[in-house]
Amino acid sequence: MKKKLPMYLTTGILTFLALTWVFPVFVVLINSFKNKLYINAEPFKLPNADSFVGMENYAEAIDHYELLKALVITVFITVVSVAVILICTSMCAWFITRVKNKVTKAIYILCVFSMVVPFQMVMFTLSKIANILHLTTPWGIVIIYLGFGAGLAVFMFCGFVKSIPLEIEEAAMIDGCTPVQTFFKVVLPIMKPTYISVGILETMWIWNDFLLPYLVLDINKYKTLSIAIQYMKGSYGRVDMGAIMAALIIAVIPVIIFYLSCQKYIIKGVAAGAVKG
Amino acid sequence: MSKNIKKYWPLFVLPTFLAFIIGFILPFLIGIYLSFCEFTTVTDATFVGLTNYVKAFQDTIFQHSFWYTAAFALVSLIIINVVAFLFALALTQKLKGTNIFRTIFFMPNLIGGIVLGYIWQLIFSGILSQYSMAINLDSRLGFIGLVILVCWQQIGYMMIIYIAGLQSIPEDMMEAADIDGASSLQKLFKITIPMMMPSITICTFLSITNGFKLFDQNLALTAGEPGKMSEMMALNIFNTFYGRAGYEGVGQAKAVIFFVIVVGIGLIQLYFTNRKEVEQ
Repeated sequence: MKKKLPMYLTTGILTFLALTWVFPVFVVLINSFKNKLYINAEPFKLPNADSFVGMENYAEAIDHYELLKALVITVFITVVSVAVILICTSMCAWFITRVKNKVTKAIYILCVFSMVVPFQMVMFTLSKIANILHLTTPWGIVIIYLGFGAGLAVFMFCGFVKSIPLEIEEAAMIDGCTPVQTFFKVVLPIMKPTYISVGILETMWIWNDFLLPYLVLDINKYKTLSIAIQYMKGSYGRVDMGAIMAALIIAVIPVIIFYLSCQKYIIKGVAAGAVKG
Repeated sequence: MSKNIKKYWPLFVLPTFLAFIIGFILPFLIGIYLSFCEFTTVTDATFVGLTNYVKAFQDTIFQHSFWYTAAFALVSLIIINVVAFLFALALTQKLKGTNIFRTIFFMPNLIGGIVLGYIWQLIFSGILSQYSMAINLDSRLGFIGLVILVCWQQIGYMMIIYIAGLQSIPEDMMEAADIDGASSLQKLFKITIPMMMPSITICTFLSITNGFKLFDQNLALTAGEPGKMSEMMALNIFNTFYGRAGYEGVGQAKAVIFFVIVVGIGLIQLYFTNRKEVEQ
């Protein structure tokens, strides 16, 4: 009984904090239904008869600023890049853990090293190389993501491969499996939890990334969501606050759906990635 | 077995390795070389020795951005980790609804930096306009705003790591302390925090490097206004590259300096926290 009061107090404080946590997104949501002239003047007021415009801002964002196209491009780049990263880096990690020599050791060390290098260090040369190699399309950027994202992925997969007992793979090989079959039929299923963790970390990174696609992609043809939003604010003379509010909500909704549907894995993935990182 | 696998290297290693060369190794090496050159694209470089580095160190805006970034990283490091630790302590008690709280606190982490910047710009302008102020008119307001934004974003992430750490502390250790008559403060400082040192290492390391590398949020919230006084290092480097023609070499030199600082901080910090872990 003695402990009851602090418990209620903690719950009360946490509830208050949780409300402040969702408050910013809530404010953007209510403003996305307001006429753009009312947004800057009174952002914290609920829409009323004067300021309510229904879905007008959303229509404007989609028609005028091609936000649906940006959404499709972002989904495409994220899904394809993450799939390619998962397959290629897990194969690479398995190989360099099982075949021990100087080259594989060097690859591993380079991968770990690449994790600490800030993007600014390579951004200029990377964008020029992408230009020279014509990797400025949503397909091309996948190769850039595979290269720049390989470090973390290879590192995490290597950590897991080391914990798989060698006997399982040896048994498969004695039974006549080729290394390719061994990898896809034996190793890959065992590594499923790591695939999920790496997949989530890479998805969070690529979906939200701004600078890399901004520098690599041919911006006139392909804009991701982050780039499109930055352009709405930046390069046009008049800033349409209404359309921006709608764009922010359009960018946040897929993230929240993704989060609520695989929350368990996301939290596990983050904890696993941190322990190894 | 190793020999058997070895001949399959073109299939297993080559795709990743080629992409890694294009996406990391080449840009990194050429980047270091170009920091000693004057150039406008990669192909027209002429060697100029240390000139770029001298210019970079003499740039007072760059110096300012370093101190601004360092102060930001330190302040956000402390607030994020203290609050995240308290959240984690609260959410590992037997409370109702811990899952909902955890879900809500973690959510901002998944939102991109540009989107976060514009969400908070709306909130800050709504509050500050009542006092006829604005976030891009005062670099101190910009600083506070950026700290609030980053705390909101990253506390949930660190909280998850701390919760995982707290849950791995064996129960019997706490029971033994209870039997010995330890107070809850004694338990916190003598058991919980020492046992949590690995998590604390990870979280401080993550938050200080995140603080130094911050770019998107800085660009979206203040874009360095007023007069580049809220410009952090990453944004300063970007603006040197793309804002001033003929300064690409200086930008690359700044990028190398930035790289050395980030790696240096990581190493120092790991050294200190590792030593603390050994002492336990």
